[in-house]
Amino acid sequence: QEEIDMSTYPVESIRNFSIIAHVDHGKSTLADRLLEITGTISKTDRNKQVLDKLQVERERGITVKAQSASLFYNHEGINYLLNLIDTPGHVDFSYEVSRSLSACQGVILVVDANEGIQAQTVANFYLAFEAQLSIIPVINKIDLKNADPERVEKQIEKLFDIPTDECIRISAKQGTNVEKVLQKVIEKIPPPQCNTADPLKALVFDSTFDHYRGVVANIALFGGEIAKGHKIVSAHTKKRYEVNEVGILTPNEQPTHKLYAGQVGYLIAGMKEVTEAQIGDTLFLYKQPVEPLPGFKSAKPMVFAGMYPIDQTEYNNLKSALERLTLNDSSVTVHRDSSLALGAGWRLGFLGLLHMEVFNQRLEQEYNMSVILTAPTVPYKAVLSSAKLIKEYGKDQITIINPAQFPDKLSVSEYLEPTVLGTVVTPHEYIGKIITLCQDRRAVQKDLLYIDENRVMLKYLFPLNEIVVDFYDALKSLSSGYASFDYEDAGYQSADLIKMDILLNGNPVEELATVIHKDKAYAAGKLLCERLKETIPRQLFEIAIQAAIGKKIIARETLKPYRKNVVAKCYGGDITRRMKLLRRQAEGKRLMRKIGNVEVPRDAFIRVLKRETDK
Amino acid sequence: APCPQWPYCRKRCSYCNFNTYVVPAVDEAAVRACLVREAQTLLRLSQVHSVTSVFFGGGTPSLASPGTVAAVLEAVAGAAHLPAGAEVTLEANPSSTSASVLDGFRAAGVNRLSIGVQVRGAPPAAASAAPRDPIVTVLPSQSLDDAELRMLGREHTAAEARKAVEAARGLFPGRTSIDLLFGLPGQSRDAWAQRLEATLRLCDDHISLYQLTLERGTALAAQVRAGALPAPPQDLLADMYHTARSALGAAGFRHYEVSSFARKGALSTHNLSYWRAEQYIGVGPGAHGRFVLRAEGGCSREARVQTPEPVAWMREVQSRGHGTRSRAVLSPLEQLEELLTLGLRTDEGITHERWGHFSPQLSLQAVFEGPGEARALQQEGWLVLDSGGLRCTWAGLAVLDSLLPALLWQLQRV
Repeated sequence: QEEIDMSTYPVESIRNFSIIAHVDHGKSTLADRLLEITGTISKTDRNKQVLDKLQVERERGITVKAQSASLFYNHEGINYLLNLIDTPGHVDFSYEVSRSLSACQGVILVVDANEGIQAQTVANFYLAFEAQLSIIPVINKIDLKNADPERVEKQIEKLFDIPTDECIRISAKQGTNVEKVLQKVIEKIPPPQCNTADPLKALVFDSTFDHYRGVVANIALFGGEIAKGHKIVSAHTKKRYEVNEVGILTPNEQPTHKLYAGQVGYLIAGMKEVTEAQIGDTLFLYKQPVEPLPGFKSAKPMVFAGMYPIDQTEYNNLKSALERLTLNDSSVTVHRDSSLALGAGWRLGFLGLLHMEVFNQRLEQEYNMSVILTAPTVPYKAVLSSAKLIKEYGKDQITIINPAQFPDKLSVSEYLEPTVLGTVVTPHEYIGKIITLCQDRRAVQKDLLYIDENRVMLKYLFPLNEIVVDFYDALKSLSSGYASFDYEDAGYQSADLIKMDILLNGNPVEELATVIHKDKAYAAGKLLCERLKETIPRQLFEIAIQAAIGKKIIARETLKPYRKNVVAKCYGGDITRRMKLLRRQAEGKRLMRKIGNVEVPRDAFIRVLKRETDK
Repeated sequence: APCPQWPYCRKRCSYCNFNTYVVPAVDEAAVRACLVREAQTLLRLSQVHSVTSVFFGGGTPSLASPGTVAAVLEAVAGAAHLPAGAEVTLEANPSSTSASVLDGFRAAGVNRLSIGVQVRGAPPAAASAAPRDPIVTVLPSQSLDDAELRMLGREHTAAEARKAVEAARGLFPGRTSIDLLFGLPGQSRDAWAQRLEATLRLCDDHISLYQLTLERGTALAAQVRAGALPAPPQDLLADMYHTARSALGAAGFRHYEVSSFARKGALSTHNLSYWRAEQYIGVGPGAHGRFVLRAEGGCSREARVQTPEPVAWMREVQSRGHGTRSRAVLSPLEQLEELLTLGLRTDEGITHERWGHFSPQLSLQAVFEGPGEARALQQEGWLVLDSGGLRCTWAGLAVLDSLLPALLWQLQRV
């Protein structure tokens, strides 16, 4: 394959852009069409979600991992290089969206002509707006029977202050007006402001790990040029590397001789670990340091959960699977942890619940690992008042990601919980129910705005733990699927938090301890006790299942003992089958978790917790 | 103890999932010839010298003719020593037990009758020949209430059952066992108390007390699952069992095994041989056996199962003398596991002598006395380990199935 001479694409003929959209509004389909029109991929019926390479992405119809593609397009006699930087399409991944946007000068904002503006449309718009990017509004799916592009144009005008005549009506599926989008990209989005004559300044905006070649860093050049053999330095680590390969993504890696200012591509330079290619890092030439680009905030995990192998003998296999998977998903944080019930494992931090599910699914699909995940918890904080604890931690404010480490009220002056600003967009007939739902979740209304005559946008400040598990499902079910939801980090607020213990005959079950708001403890404790009663097998003695706050019992269920448990008939017939059952039960003793003298099957806790997610 | 199986019934009862066959006409001569031949073959393979008991189970062995029973007993006596007075039990169904029929069986050599509703989980009816004497158990006296009987799909009436028991007691005084069933769907505490009383007025010296088990695949289980009949609550079942234990105890019965009660020493020799993990030889379609194949130079106990389907079984017996479908040598651990599981069902438990027979090296104390599950269960009052051996307490017997996994787990770790 002939190498493309990248020097024929000066800064003026380069456009760097992303497509942003609410889930299912057609972002990936539009990307497929753009790749086809520009001849980047051949036109076939099989081009579906070309940029979504992961099995989980294709199954769920979402983008998890951003991909990039360089498109070549001739417009009015000029050859343009258009770099499409794909973005993940879910709220959990807004961190990835913002880092993709940092390499762009403009975005295509796709809105479904039928569904109109949704919560994520709003969130994505503001991400682009705040980054001062040019925004090209596109109304997609105009081929649909219920399409109402006029209404959507009015929504866009009202909410985003973009004149209705700037919207392009397209059908990505049928290819209608897609060419026009490309032309608008060239006309409206400015070329990057930079110069090849300047010293090298490259932004790392993503990275992946390749087992044979090590780290592949996606870079955007804000100045200078880069080629094989160049000696470069990471502004973040100060480490020196020699460039082995540079190239562009079409969307597969295609090596080129050089990359020049304004261009987007990849680089391989003997980095062994993804941590060496820190997202947001700036690379410069050895002995020619530059002012680093403003880095990103590193990904902030919002949801934590314990992860354990189903069998401890699987520990090492799981460990290596985790290591490899986190190489490609640096937004997951990993801390070693252990639980009496579940053995050695980890406490993982995720960007959100979907992120957690996706990660788990990738472990199963790509690494064939089945794991135990504990109940998700959010990162609470405690302002310490005890001098002893302050000394112990070396600071007066700590973050609690494991309820087992929740400090007692006596040594704390204030507890803090993370909050998010949630956006709900809904047809107006569901407002009543949604407001009730939000109030049940301790949310405070911040805004209520009709975006047209029958659609409403609500903004609420939520405690994060109230939405983390099942809020989205509840919202979807009470609005027949019509309401959409998105949220952004909104800092911490003071909260009346307590630690709730679950006791079996007076002995605490460490892995069921939860941090919870005081007002919610009673109902949650009752529910947990009821579920445990259904899950723990009867034993030879009575078992008291209690929820407690400190010494105070707030809920109780009683599991009665067996008074009779013996097979009636046992003669010379087939006792082989019976022995098999008894041996299995005997073997099962090995897998029992003993809490005091109560035997609990190891999966019982998980079943109790899991059902919480399912409710 | 040979356990000959007669696998045929007139009608399948709604709760029964045994290996039984309802066929219009049984070629009794052919079945008889095969039972005889198989009994001879297996006894020869076992090289058993003397038989303690013979048990004719089923199916409904009382549907067979006394001539068949006589022929099998003759074969047993021909192949091994069958002492006079060895227990020979026949299982019987009230509707097939007229006094004259029973008299015929007695003449054929039967000396004990087990009248049952829900016929045991015993080997299907062939002769179960324990190396001493054959037994034939015949007496179903289960329910004495017509409505209950109809629910159970029994073809006899309460009056017939009473008549059958009376006839049996006349012919086999002190040697008649009846089955007593509780936990019928919808059965109340009061109904059960009345049933107990009625049974005590009628019974002889042996009672088998069964909780109705809803076996998968039976008509009764399907009705309960479909909600047509109520499933009795656990606590009620426990009450019924404990009520029966007390009432039978007060009436002079010894509760000598989980489900077995006897007075005046009328224990079932044959059944005890199962619980003591002695040798038994299963004869007939679907019969199970546990014995050592001395004739083949074997020294280990084997688990053997005969071919269940009668026509295939007969073909096999005719061609090679027996219809053994599967045989597996039991490991020393497996033998001890069976001994524990079965032995703890009895009031005598597992004696040191019996344990030593299977485990000459490692005593009961060595396995169960140290810190561990068994000691905890003793401290909690479920088990006793003393000079008499290892056994359940009165309370422990009722929850044996909760004790066994812990004991097996401890045994496996030795």
